[in-house]
Amino acid sequence: MSHAQHASESVLLDVRADFPVLDQSVNGRPLVYLDSAASAQQPKSVIDMVAEYQSHDHSNVHRGVHTLSHRATEAYEGARDKLVSYINAASRSELVLTSGTTESINLVAQSYARPKLGPGKKVLITHLEHHANIVPWQIVCEQTGAELVVAPIDDRGQLILDELKALMTDDVLLLGIGHVSNALGTINPIREIVGWAKERGITTVVDGAQGVPHMSVDVQDIGCDFYAFSGHKMLGPTGTGVLYGREELLEAMPPWKGGGDMILEVRFDGTVYNELPYKFEAGTPNISGVVGLGAAVDYLSNIGLDRVAAHEHFLLDYLMERLGAVEGIRLIGTADTKASVQSFEIEGVHPHDVGTILDHQGVAIRTGHHCAMPVMDFFGVPGTARASLALYNTIDDVDRLIEAVGKAKEIFA
Amino acid sequence: MSNVAALSHDDLRDLYRELILNHAREPRNFGKLENATHKADGINPLCGDKLTLYVRLDSASVIQDASFEGTGCAISVASASLLTETVIGLPVDDARSWFEYVTAALTSDADVELGKLQALMGVREFPSRVKCATLSWHALNSALDNDQNPATTE
Repeated sequence: MSHAQHASESVLLDVRADFPVLDQSVNGRPLVYLDSAASAQQPKSVIDMVAEYQSHDHSNVHRGVHTLSHRATEAYEGARDKLVSYINAASRSELVLTSGTTESINLVAQSYARPKLGPGKKVLITHLEHHANIVPWQIVCEQTGAELVVAPIDDRGQLILDELKALMTDDVLLLGIGHVSNALGTINPIREIVGWAKERGITTVVDGAQGVPHMSVDVQDIGCDFYAFSGHKMLGPTGTGVLYGREELLEAMPPWKGGGDMILEVRFDGTVYNELPYKFEAGTPNISGVVGLGAAVDYLSNIGLDRVAAHEHFLLDYLMERLGAVEGIRLIGTADTKASVQSFEIEGVHPHDVGTILDHQGVAIRTGHHCAMPVMDFFGVPGTARASLALYNTIDDVDRLIEAVGKAKEIFA
Repeated sequence: MSNVAALSHDDLRDLYRELILNHAREPRNFGKLENATHKADGINPLCGDKLTLYVRLDSASVIQDASFEGTGCAISVASASLLTETVIGLPVDDARSWFEYVTAALTSDADVELGKLQALMGVREFPSRVKCATLSWHALNSALDNDQNPATTE
Protein backbone atom coordinates (compact mmCIF):
# COMPACT_ATOMS: atom_id res chain seq x y z
CA MET A 1 0.00 0.00 0.00
CA SER A 2 1.33 3.40 -0.89
CA HIS A 3 1.26 6.02 1.80
CA ALA A 4 0.05 8.48 -0.83
CA GLN A 5 -3.32 6.77 -0.56
CA HIS A 6 -3.81 8.27 2.86
CA ALA A 7 -5.88 11.40 2.51
CA SER A 8 -4.94 12.67 5.97
CA GLU A 9 -1.21 12.55 5.32
CA SER A 10 -1.11 16.31 5.73
CA VAL A 11 -1.20 15.80 9.49
CA LEU A 12 2.38 14.55 9.34
CA LEU A 13 5.06 16.73 10.91
CA ASP A 14 8.49 17.14 9.37
CA VAL A 15 10.86 17.54 12.32
CA ARG A 16 13.35 14.72 11.93
CA ALA A 17 16.12 17.21 11.12
CA ASP A 18 15.70 18.80 14.56
CA PHE A 19 17.11 15.66 16.18
CA PRO A 20 20.87 15.37 15.60
CA VAL A 21 21.17 11.78 16.83
CA LEU A 22 18.93 10.57 14.01
CA ASP A 23 21.44 11.77 11.43
CA GLN A 24 23.63 8.66 11.46
CA SER A 25 23.97 5.19 10.05
CA VAL A 26 23.81 2.06 12.19
CA ASN A 27 25.20 -1.13 10.71
CA GLY A 28 25.42 0.52 7.31
CA ARG A 29 21.85 1.79 7.15
CA PRO A 30 20.31 5.14 8.13
CA LEU A 31 19.12 4.86 11.71
CA VAL A 32 15.43 4.18 12.27
CA TYR A 33 14.66 4.86 15.91
CA LEU A 34 11.51 3.10 17.10
CA ASP A 35 12.30 2.92 20.81
CA SER A 36 11.04 6.25 22.09
CA ALA A 37 8.86 4.61 24.73
CA ALA A 38 12.08 3.47 26.39
CA SER A 39 13.75 6.86 25.99
CA ALA A 40 13.01 9.59 23.48
CA GLN A 41 15.67 11.48 21.54
CA GLN A 42 16.36 15.15 22.22
CA PRO A 43 15.96 18.03 19.78
CA LYS A 44 18.94 20.30 19.20
CA SER A 45 17.24 23.04 21.21
CA VAL A 46 17.37 20.85 24.34
CA ILE A 47 20.97 19.80 23.76
CA ASP A 48 21.97 23.42 23.14
CA MET A 49 20.11 24.66 26.19
CA VAL A 50 21.93 22.21 28.46
CA ALA A 51 25.29 23.13 26.91
CA GLU A 52 24.50 26.83 27.20
CA TYR A 53 23.57 26.47 30.86
CA GLN A 54 26.70 24.44 31.63
CA SER A 55 28.90 26.82 29.64
CA HIS A 56 27.66 30.09 31.13
CA ASP A 57 25.29 29.84 34.06
CA HIS A 58 26.01 26.81 36.20
CA SER A 59 26.12 27.06 39.96
CA ASN A 60 24.02 25.60 42.75
CA VAL A 61 20.41 26.74 43.08
CA HIS A 62 18.69 28.50 45.98
CA ARG A 63 22.00 28.97 47.78
CA GLY A 64 24.17 31.89 46.85
CA VAL A 65 23.91 35.63 46.41
CA HIS A 66 26.36 35.61 43.55
CA THR A 67 25.37 36.12 39.94
CA LEU A 68 25.77 32.57 38.69
CA SER A 69 23.74 31.12 41.54
CA HIS A 70 21.04 33.63 40.73
CA ARG A 71 21.09 32.70 37.03
CA ALA A 72 21.01 28.98 37.81
CA THR A 73 18.06 29.47 40.14
CA GLU A 74 16.21 31.53 37.53
CA ALA A 75 16.79 28.89 34.86
CA TYR A 76 15.77 26.02 37.14
CA GLU A 77 12.66 27.71 38.50
CA GLY A 78 11.78 28.98 35.03
CA ALA A 79 11.70 25.38 33.86
CA ARG A 80 9.41 24.51 36.76
CA ASP A 81 7.00 27.24 35.66
CA LYS A 82 6.97 25.84 32.14
CA LEU A 83 6.10 22.41 33.50
CA VAL A 84 3.33 23.89 35.66
CA SER A 85 1.74 25.32 32.50
CA TYR A 86 2.41 22.17 30.49
CA ILE A 87 0.18 20.04 32.73
CA ASN A 88 -1.98 22.92 34.01
CA ALA A 89 -1.17 22.47 37.69
CA ALA A 90 -2.95 25.03 39.89
CA SER A 91 0.30 26.43 41.27
CA ARG A 92 4.06 25.89 41.37
CA SER A 93 3.67 24.51 44.91
CA GLU A 94 2.10 21.46 43.34
CA LEU A 95 5.00 20.65 41.05
CA VAL A 96 7.77 18.65 42.74
CA LEU A 97 10.85 18.00 40.62
CA THR A 98 12.18 14.45 40.97
CA SER A 99 14.59 12.13 39.18
CA GLY A 100 11.74 10.55 37.22
CA THR A 101 8.44 8.70 37.37
CA THR A 102 9.91 5.97 39.55
CA GLU A 103 11.01 8.38 42.25
CA SER A 104 7.72 10.25 42.04
CA ILE A 105 5.65 7.12 42.66
CA ASN A 106 7.94 5.93 45.45
CA LEU A 107 7.56 9.34 47.07
CA VAL A 108 3.76 8.99 47.12
CA ALA A 109 3.99 5.39 48.35
CA GLN A 110 6.27 6.24 51.26
CA SER A 111 5.19 9.74 52.23
CA TYR A 112 1.47 9.70 51.47
CA ALA A 113 0.38 6.07 51.59
CA ARG A 114 2.58 4.44 54.20
CA PRO A 115 1.21 6.33 57.23
CA LYS A 116 -2.36 5.67 56.10
CA LEU A 117 -2.07 1.98 55.24
CA GLY A 118 -2.35 -1.03 57.50
CA PRO A 119 -4.03 -4.42 57.80
CA GLY A 120 -7.52 -4.31 56.31
CA LYS A 121 -6.58 -1.54 53.86
CA LYS A 122 -5.98 -2.01 50.14
CA VAL A 123 -4.00 -0.50 47.32
CA LEU A 124 -5.62 -1.02 43.91
CA ILE A 125 -3.53 -1.16 40.72
CA THR A 126 -4.12 -2.71 37.28
CA HIS A 127 -2.67 -5.56 35.28
CA LEU A 128 -1.33 -3.06 32.73
CA GLU A 129 1.14 -1.34 35.04
CA HIS A 130 4.85 -0.80 34.53
CA HIS A 131 7.01 -2.26 37.32
CA ALA A 132 7.47 1.31 38.63
CA ASN A 133 3.75 1.38 39.42
CA ILE A 134 3.74 -2.12 40.93
CA VAL A 135 6.83 -2.60 43.08
CA PRO A 136 6.59 0.62 45.18
CA TRP A 137 3.06 -0.50 46.18
CA GLN A 138 4.21 -4.03 46.92
CA ILE A 139 6.90 -2.61 49.18
CA VAL A 140 4.55 -0.33 51.09
CA CYS A 141 1.97 -3.12 51.42
CA GLU A 142 4.65 -5.37 52.90
CA GLN A 143 5.71 -2.62 55.28
CA THR A 144 2.18 -1.99 56.52
CA GLY A 145 0.28 -5.26 56.16
CA ALA A 146 -2.05 -3.76 53.56
CA GLU A 147 -3.26 -5.78 50.57
CA LEU A 148 -2.42 -5.15 46.90
CA VAL A 149 -5.35 -5.73 44.55
CA VAL A 150 -4.98 -5.95 40.75
CA ALA A 151 -7.73 -5.00 38.28
CA PRO A 152 -7.91 -7.30 35.22
CA ILE A 153 -7.52 -6.65 31.48
CA ASP A 154 -9.05 -8.25 28.40
CA ASP A 155 -7.30 -9.97 25.51
CA ARG A 156 -6.92 -6.72 23.58
CA GLY A 157 -5.05 -5.16 26.48
CA GLN A 158 -7.86 -2.98 27.79
CA LEU A 159 -8.96 -2.58 31.38
CA ILE A 160 -12.24 -4.34 32.15
CA LEU A 161 -13.90 -1.21 33.46
CA ASP A 162 -16.83 -2.85 35.27
CA GLU A 163 -14.44 -5.03 37.21
CA LEU A 164 -12.18 -2.10 37.99
CA LYS A 165 -15.16 -0.20 39.31
CA ALA A 166 -16.30 -3.19 41.38
CA LEU A 167 -12.86 -3.37 43.00
CA MET A 168 -13.17 0.24 44.23
CA THR A 169 -14.44 -0.78 47.65
CA ASP A 170 -14.48 1.21 50.88
CA ASP A 171 -11.26 -0.34 52.14
CA VAL A 172 -9.24 0.89 49.13
CA LEU A 173 -7.04 3.85 50.09
CA LEU A 174 -5.54 4.50 46.72
CA LEU A 175 -5.65 3.65 43.03
CA GLY A 176 -2.36 3.52 41.12
CA ILE A 177 -3.02 3.56 37.37
CA GLY A 178 -1.15 4.28 34.16
CA HIS A 179 -2.42 6.92 31.77
CA VAL A 180 -1.00 5.02 28.76
CA SER A 181 0.38 1.47 28.87
CA ASN A 182 4.08 1.40 28.02
CA ALA A 183 3.97 -2.21 26.82
CA LEU A 184 0.76 -2.09 24.77
CA GLY A 185 -0.02 1.56 24.11
CA THR A 186 -3.52 1.36 25.57
CA ILE A 187 -4.88 4.79 26.52
CA ASN A 188 -7.01 4.39 29.63
CA PRO A 189 -10.15 6.54 30.00
CA ILE A 190 -8.36 8.24 32.85
CA ARG A 191 -10.77 11.10 33.52
CA GLU A 192 -13.70 8.72 33.86
CA ILE A 193 -11.78 6.28 36.06
CA VAL A 194 -10.49 9.05 38.33
CA GLY A 195 -14.08 10.30 38.61
CA TRP A 196 -15.30 6.91 39.88
CA ALA A 197 -12.45 6.76 42.37
CA LYS A 198 -13.19 10.25 43.68
CA GLU A 199 -16.86 9.38 44.21
CA ARG A 200 -15.68 6.58 46.47
CA GLY A 201 -13.10 8.67 48.32
CA ILE A 202 -10.13 6.82 46.76
CA THR A 203 -6.92 8.77 46.21
CA THR A 204 -5.65 8.57 42.62
CA VAL A 205 -2.03 8.29 41.49
CA VAL A 206 -1.59 8.42 37.72
CA ASP A 207 1.61 7.14 36.08
CA GLY A 208 1.80 9.57 33.18
CA ALA A 209 5.23 8.58 31.84
CA GLN A 210 3.71 7.58 28.49
CA GLY A 211 0.96 10.21 28.62
CA VAL A 212 2.76 13.55 28.64
CA PRO A 213 4.96 12.91 25.57
CA HIS A 214 2.04 12.09 23.33
CA MET A 215 -1.01 14.15 24.25
CA SER A 216 -2.13 17.29 25.92
CA VAL A 217 -2.47 16.61 29.66
CA ASP A 218 -4.48 18.79 32.04
CA VAL A 219 -4.19 17.43 35.58
CA GLN A 220 -7.03 19.61 36.89
CA ASP A 221 -9.32 18.39 34.14
CA ILE A 222 -8.37 14.76 34.86
CA GLY A 223 -9.01 15.51 38.51
CA CYS A 224 -6.33 13.18 39.86
CA ASP A 225 -4.60 13.67 43.20
CA PHE A 226 -1.12 12.82 41.90
CA TYR A 227 0.38 12.61 38.40
CA ALA A 228 3.93 11.33 37.84
CA PHE A 229 6.10 11.57 34.73
CA SER A 230 9.67 11.52 33.42
CA GLY A 231 11.62 14.08 31.41
CA HIS A 232 13.44 11.66 29.14
CA LYS A 233 10.26 10.22 27.64
CA MET A 234 9.23 13.71 26.50
CA LEU A 235 12.42 14.77 24.68
CA GLY A 236 14.19 15.95 27.83
CA PRO A 237 17.30 14.72 29.64
CA THR A 238 17.37 11.56 31.76
CA GLY A 239 17.30 11.89 35.53
CA THR A 240 14.51 14.45 35.51
CA GLY A 241 10.87 14.04 36.37
CA VAL A 242 7.84 15.48 38.05
CA LEU A 243 5.44 14.64 40.79
CA TYR A 244 2.31 16.72 40.54
CA GLY A 245 0.24 16.57 43.72
CA ARG A 246 -2.75 18.51 44.93
CA GLU A 247 -1.45 21.14 47.33
CA GLU A 248 -3.71 20.10 50.19
CA LEU A 249 -2.29 16.56 50.09
CA LEU A 250 1.34 17.56 49.61
CA GLU A 251 1.02 20.04 52.49
CA ALA A 252 -0.09 17.31 54.88
CA MET A 253 2.58 14.82 53.82
CA PRO A 254 5.85 14.40 55.74
CA PRO A 255 9.12 14.84 53.83
CA TRP A 256 10.42 11.70 52.22
CA LYS A 257 14.12 12.44 51.98
CA GLY A 258 16.02 14.70 54.35
CA GLY A 259 18.88 16.97 53.42
CA GLY A 260 19.79 20.39 52.18
CA ASP A 261 17.31 22.63 50.39
CA MET A 262 14.27 20.98 51.99
CA ILE A 263 14.69 22.85 55.28
CA LEU A 264 14.14 26.35 56.60
CA GLU A 265 16.00 25.88 59.86
CA VAL A 266 18.00 22.99 61.25
CA ARG A 267 18.76 22.58 64.97
CA PHE A 268 19.67 19.43 66.82
CA ASP A 269 16.47 19.70 68.82
CA GLY A 270 14.29 20.01 65.74
CA THR A 271 14.15 21.08 62.12
CA VAL A 272 11.67 23.29 60.30
CA TYR A 273 10.92 22.04 56.81
CA ASN A 274 10.83 24.23 53.76
CA GLU A 275 7.61 25.21 52.02
CA LEU A 276 6.21 23.39 48.99
CA PRO A 277 7.49 22.16 46.65
CA TYR A 278 10.98 22.34 48.18
CA LYS A 279 9.99 20.17 51.15
CA PHE A 280 10.28 17.21 48.78
CA GLU A 281 13.47 18.29 46.99
CA ALA A 282 16.34 17.38 49.30
CA GLY A 283 19.87 17.75 47.98
CA THR A 284 21.25 19.43 44.88
CA PRO A 285 18.89 18.62 42.03
CA ASN A 286 19.65 17.74 38.41
CA ILE A 287 19.80 21.43 37.48
CA SER A 288 21.05 21.18 33.92
CA GLY A 289 18.65 18.33 33.23
CA VAL A 290 15.68 20.32 34.46
CA VAL A 291 16.78 23.34 32.42
CA GLY A 292 16.92 21.03 29.39
CA LEU A 293 13.47 19.69 30.24
CA GLY A 294 12.19 23.26 30.17
CA ALA A 295 13.50 23.52 26.61
CA ALA A 296 11.76 20.25 25.75
CA VAL A 297 8.48 21.70 27.03
CA ASP A 298 9.04 24.76 24.82
CA TYR A 299 9.76 22.56 21.82
CA LEU A 300 6.65 20.43 22.27
CA SER A 301 4.46 23.42 23.10
CA ASN A 302 5.60 25.33 20.03
CA ILE A 303 4.59 22.45 17.80
CA GLY A 304 1.44 21.79 19.82
CA LEU A 305 0.55 18.54 21.55
CA ASP A 306 -2.54 18.12 19.40
CA ARG A 307 -0.41 18.11 16.27
CA VAL A 308 2.03 15.69 17.89
CA ALA A 309 -0.85 13.37 18.76
CA ALA A 310 -2.32 13.58 15.23
CA HIS A 311 1.08 12.77 13.65
CA GLU A 312 1.64 9.81 15.93
CA HIS A 313 -1.90 8.45 15.52
CA PHE A 314 -1.55 8.56 11.76
CA LEU A 315 1.76 6.69 11.89
CA LEU A 316 0.48 4.16 14.43
CA ASP A 317 -2.52 3.36 12.22
CA TYR A 318 -0.19 2.91 9.26
CA LEU A 319 2.18 0.74 11.31
CA MET A 320 -0.62 -1.49 12.65
CA GLU A 321 -2.13 -1.86 9.20
CA ARG A 322 1.16 -2.84 7.55
CA LEU A 323 2.48 -5.02 10.37
CA GLY A 324 -0.89 -6.68 10.82
CA ALA A 325 -0.86 -7.63 7.14
CA VAL A 326 2.41 -9.58 7.42
CA GLU A 327 1.85 -13.31 7.61
CA GLY A 328 2.97 -14.88 10.87
CA ILE A 329 2.79 -11.65 12.87
CA ARG A 330 0.71 -11.43 16.01
CA LEU A 331 -0.09 -7.91 17.17
CA ILE A 332 -0.18 -7.74 20.96
CA GLY A 333 -2.22 -4.85 22.32
CA THR A 334 -5.08 -3.86 20.04
CA ALA A 335 -7.12 -1.57 22.25
CA ASP A 336 -9.68 0.82 20.77
CA THR A 337 -7.70 3.84 21.89
CA LYS A 338 -3.94 3.65 21.66
CA ALA A 339 -0.89 5.88 21.59
CA SER A 340 2.43 5.39 19.85
CA VAL A 341 3.21 1.80 20.82
CA GLN A 342 2.83 -1.55 19.07
CA SER A 343 4.02 -4.79 20.59
CA PHE A 344 4.22 -7.81 18.33
CA GLU A 345 5.50 -11.31 17.94
CA ILE A 346 6.88 -13.06 14.87
CA GLU A 347 5.73 -16.65 14.90
CA GLY A 348 8.61 -18.97 15.72
CA VAL A 349 11.13 -16.20 16.36
CA HIS A 350 12.09 -15.18 19.89
CA PRO A 351 11.82 -11.40 20.43
CA HIS A 352 15.50 -11.16 21.30
CA ASP A 353 16.44 -12.61 17.92
CA VAL A 354 14.02 -10.18 16.24
CA GLY A 355 15.78 -7.31 18.02
CA THR A 356 19.23 -8.38 16.84
CA ILE A 357 18.16 -8.89 13.23
CA LEU A 358 16.37 -5.53 13.11
CA ASP A 359 19.31 -3.75 14.71
CA HIS A 360 21.53 -5.17 12.03
CA GLN A 361 19.42 -3.34 9.50
CA GLY A 362 19.61 -0.12 11.44
CA VAL A 363 16.17 -0.44 13.03
CA ALA A 364 16.15 0.10 16.80
CA ILE A 365 13.23 -1.44 18.68
CA ARG A 366 12.83 -2.68 22.23
CA THR A 367 12.58 -6.39 22.88
CA GLY A 368 11.85 -8.14 26.14
CA HIS A 369 9.37 -7.65 28.94
CA HIS A 370 9.28 -3.82 28.86
CA CYS A 371 9.30 -3.69 32.68
CA ALA A 372 5.80 -5.10 32.57
CA MET A 373 6.25 -8.83 33.26
CA PRO A 374 2.61 -9.35 34.37
CA VAL A 375 1.45 -8.10 30.95
CA MET A 376 3.79 -10.61 29.25
CA ASP A 377 2.44 -13.41 31.47
CA PHE A 378 -1.12 -12.42 30.57
CA PHE A 379 -0.40 -12.83 26.87
CA GLY A 380 1.63 -15.99 27.47
CA VAL A 381 4.84 -14.67 25.94
CA PRO A 382 8.36 -14.35 27.41
CA GLY A 383 8.55 -10.90 25.90
CA THR A 384 7.56 -9.01 22.80
CA ALA A 385 9.16 -6.92 20.11
CA ARG A 386 7.92 -3.36 20.56
CA ALA A 387 8.03 -0.52 18.09
CA SER A 388 7.26 2.85 19.64
CA LEU A 389 6.78 6.11 17.79
CA ALA A 390 7.52 9.75 18.45
CA LEU A 391 6.93 12.96 16.57
CA TYR A 392 10.20 12.57 14.61
CA ASN A 393 9.28 9.23 13.05
CA THR A 394 8.24 9.01 9.41
CA ILE A 395 6.35 6.81 6.96
CA ASP A 396 9.76 5.66 5.74
CA ASP A 397 10.65 4.50 9.26
CA VAL A 398 7.59 2.25 9.30
CA ASP A 399 8.41 0.92 5.83
CA ARG A 400 11.93 0.10 6.99
CA LEU A 401 10.50 -1.75 10.01
CA ILE A 402 8.31 -3.87 7.74
CA GLU A 403 11.27 -4.62 5.46
CA ALA A 404 13.42 -5.64 8.45
CA VAL A 405 10.69 -7.87 9.84
CA GLY A 406 10.63 -9.58 6.46
CA LYS A 407 14.36 -10.26 6.83
CA ALA A 408 13.83 -11.81 10.26
CA LYS A 409 11.16 -14.10 8.82
CA GLU A 410 13.49 -15.03 5.95
CA ILE A 411 16.37 -16.00 8.26
CA PHE A 412 14.12 -18.13 10.43
CA ALA A 413 12.07 -19.53 7.55
CA MET B 1 22.82 -4.21 -2.23
CA SER B 2 25.79 -2.16 -1.03
CA ASN B 3 28.92 -3.83 0.26
CA VAL B 4 28.21 -2.63 3.76
CA ALA B 5 24.74 -4.10 3.73
CA ALA B 6 26.10 -7.32 2.24
CA LEU B 7 28.67 -7.56 5.02
CA SER B 8 26.05 -7.09 7.67
CA HIS B 9 23.95 -9.76 6.02
CA ASP B 10 26.89 -12.18 6.23
CA ASP B 11 27.34 -11.39 9.91
CA LEU B 12 23.72 -12.26 10.53
CA ARG B 13 24.06 -15.51 8.63
CA ASP B 14 27.17 -16.21 10.67
CA LEU B 15 25.18 -15.69 13.88
CA TYR B 16 22.19 -17.70 12.73
CA ARG B 17 24.07 -20.56 11.09
CA GLU B 18 22.10 -23.58 9.97
CA LEU B 19 23.38 -25.63 12.91
CA ILE B 20 22.21 -22.98 15.39
CA LEU B 21 18.78 -22.70 13.77
CA ASN B 22 18.52 -26.47 13.69
CA HIS B 23 19.25 -26.83 17.40
CA ALA B 24 16.96 -23.89 18.23
CA ARG B 25 14.06 -25.47 16.35
CA GLU B 26 14.70 -28.98 17.60
CA PRO B 27 16.69 -28.80 20.79
CA ARG B 28 18.39 -32.05 21.79
CA ASN B 29 18.07 -33.45 25.31
CA PHE B 30 15.20 -31.10 26.02
CA GLY B 31 13.05 -31.75 29.09
CA LYS B 32 13.41 -32.60 32.73
CA LEU B 33 15.99 -35.28 33.55
CA GLU B 34 14.67 -37.94 35.92
CA ASN B 35 17.19 -39.01 38.56
CA ALA B 36 19.30 -35.92 38.04
CA THR B 37 22.02 -35.63 40.66
CA HIS B 38 22.67 -31.95 39.95
CA LYS B 39 20.61 -29.12 38.57
CA ALA B 40 20.73 -25.34 38.36
CA ASP B 41 18.65 -22.52 36.96
CA GLY B 42 20.07 -19.95 34.58
CA ILE B 43 18.43 -16.55 34.20
CA ASN B 44 19.30 -13.74 31.82
CA PRO B 45 17.31 -10.84 33.26
CA LEU B 46 17.94 -8.55 30.29
CA CYS B 47 16.09 -10.66 27.75
CA GLY B 48 14.14 -13.04 29.94
CA ASP B 49 15.95 -16.25 28.97
CA LYS B 50 15.21 -18.81 31.67
CA LEU B 51 16.44 -22.38 31.70
CA THR B 52 17.08 -25.26 34.05
CA LEU B 53 20.04 -27.51 33.42
CA TYR B 54 20.05 -31.11 34.71
CA VAL B 55 23.03 -33.43 35.08
CA ARG B 56 23.31 -37.03 36.25
CA LEU B 57 26.72 -38.08 37.51
CA ASP B 58 27.78 -41.63 38.21
CA SER B 59 29.96 -42.71 41.13
CA ALA B 60 33.09 -42.05 39.09
CA SER B 61 32.01 -38.42 38.50
CA VAL B 62 31.32 -38.98 34.84
CA ILE B 63 28.32 -37.18 33.31
CA GLN B 64 25.96 -40.02 32.39
CA ASP B 65 23.23 -37.77 31.12
CA ALA B 66 22.33 -34.09 30.81
CA SER B 67 19.26 -32.17 29.72
CA PHE B 68 17.65 -28.74 29.91
CA GLU B 69 14.26 -27.11 29.81
CA GLY B 70 13.06 -23.53 29.64
CA THR B 71 12.54 -20.71 27.19
CA GLY B 72 14.93 -18.46 25.41
CA CYS B 73 16.12 -17.00 22.17
CA ALA B 74 17.56 -19.11 19.36
CA ILE B 75 21.12 -18.55 20.57
CA SER B 76 20.52 -19.57 24.18
CA VAL B 77 18.43 -22.61 23.27
CA ALA B 78 20.91 -23.80 20.63
CA SER B 79 23.81 -23.23 22.98
CA ALA B 80 22.16 -25.29 25.74
CA SER B 81 21.32 -28.03 23.27
CA LEU B 82 24.91 -28.15 22.01
CA LEU B 83 26.16 -28.10 25.58
CA THR B 84 24.26 -31.25 26.50
CA GLU B 85 25.59 -33.06 23.44
CA THR B 86 29.10 -31.98 24.34
CA VAL B 87 29.22 -32.93 28.00
CA ILE B 88 27.36 -36.25 28.07
CA GLY B 89 29.97 -38.91 28.68
CA LEU B 90 32.62 -36.51 29.95
CA PRO B 91 34.27 -36.64 33.38
CA VAL B 92 33.25 -33.62 35.49
CA ASP B 93 36.71 -32.11 35.29
CA ASP B 94 36.62 -32.19 31.50
CA ALA B 95 33.18 -30.57 31.47
CA ARG B 96 34.48 -27.79 33.67
CA SER B 97 37.39 -27.32 31.32
CA TRP B 98 34.92 -26.95 28.46
CA PHE B 99 33.09 -24.27 30.48
CA GLU B 100 36.34 -22.31 30.88
CA TYR B 101 37.30 -22.86 27.27
CA VAL B 102 33.94 -21.90 25.74
CA THR B 103 33.31 -18.83 27.89
CA ALA B 104 36.86 -17.60 27.24
CA ALA B 105 36.56 -18.22 23.49
CA LEU B 106 33.25 -16.36 23.18
CA THR B 107 34.49 -13.34 25.06
CA SER B 108 37.86 -12.88 23.36
CA ASP B 109 39.34 -12.52 19.89
CA ALA B 110 41.48 -15.62 20.31
CA ASP B 111 41.57 -18.08 17.45
CA VAL B 112 40.39 -21.32 19.03
CA GLU B 113 39.01 -24.61 17.82
CA LEU B 114 35.69 -25.57 19.43
CA GLY B 115 34.57 -28.38 17.19
CA LYS B 116 30.79 -28.36 16.82
CA LEU B 117 30.59 -25.49 19.31
CA GLN B 118 32.39 -23.40 16.71
CA ALA B 119 28.87 -22.61 15.47
CA LEU B 120 28.47 -20.30 18.47
CA MET B 121 31.39 -18.12 17.45
CA GLY B 122 29.10 -15.86 15.42
CA VAL B 123 28.05 -14.14 18.66
CA ARG B 124 31.48 -12.54 18.95
CA GLU B 125 30.30 -9.92 16.44
CA PHE B 126 27.21 -9.28 18.59
CA PRO B 127 28.34 -8.22 22.07
CA SER B 128 24.76 -8.01 23.35
CA ARG B 129 24.24 -11.68 22.50
CA VAL B 130 27.32 -13.23 24.10
CA LYS B 131 25.39 -13.71 27.34
CA CYS B 132 22.74 -15.72 25.53
CA ALA B 133 25.41 -18.16 24.35
CA THR B 134 27.13 -18.50 27.73
CA LEU B 135 24.04 -18.75 29.95
CA SER B 136 23.71 -22.53 29.84
CA TRP B 137 27.43 -22.95 30.49
CA HIS B 138 27.16 -20.83 33.63
CA ALA B 139 24.19 -22.94 34.68
CA LEU B 140 26.26 -26.09 34.13
CA ASN B 141 29.00 -24.73 36.33
CA SER B 142 26.48 -23.84 39.06
CA ALA B 143 24.90 -27.27 38.83
CA LEU B 144 28.26 -28.98 39.26
CA ASP B 145 28.98 -26.65 42.21
CA ASN B 146 25.58 -27.54 43.72
CA ASP B 147 24.92 -23.80 43.81
CA GLN B 148 21.29 -23.19 44.81
CA ASN B 149 21.20 -19.64 43.47
CA PRO B 150 20.21 -19.19 39.82
CA ALA B 151 23.21 -18.66 37.56
CA THR B 152 23.26 -15.34 35.76
CA THR B 153 25.60 -14.00 33.17
CA GLU B 154 26.06 -10.71 35.03
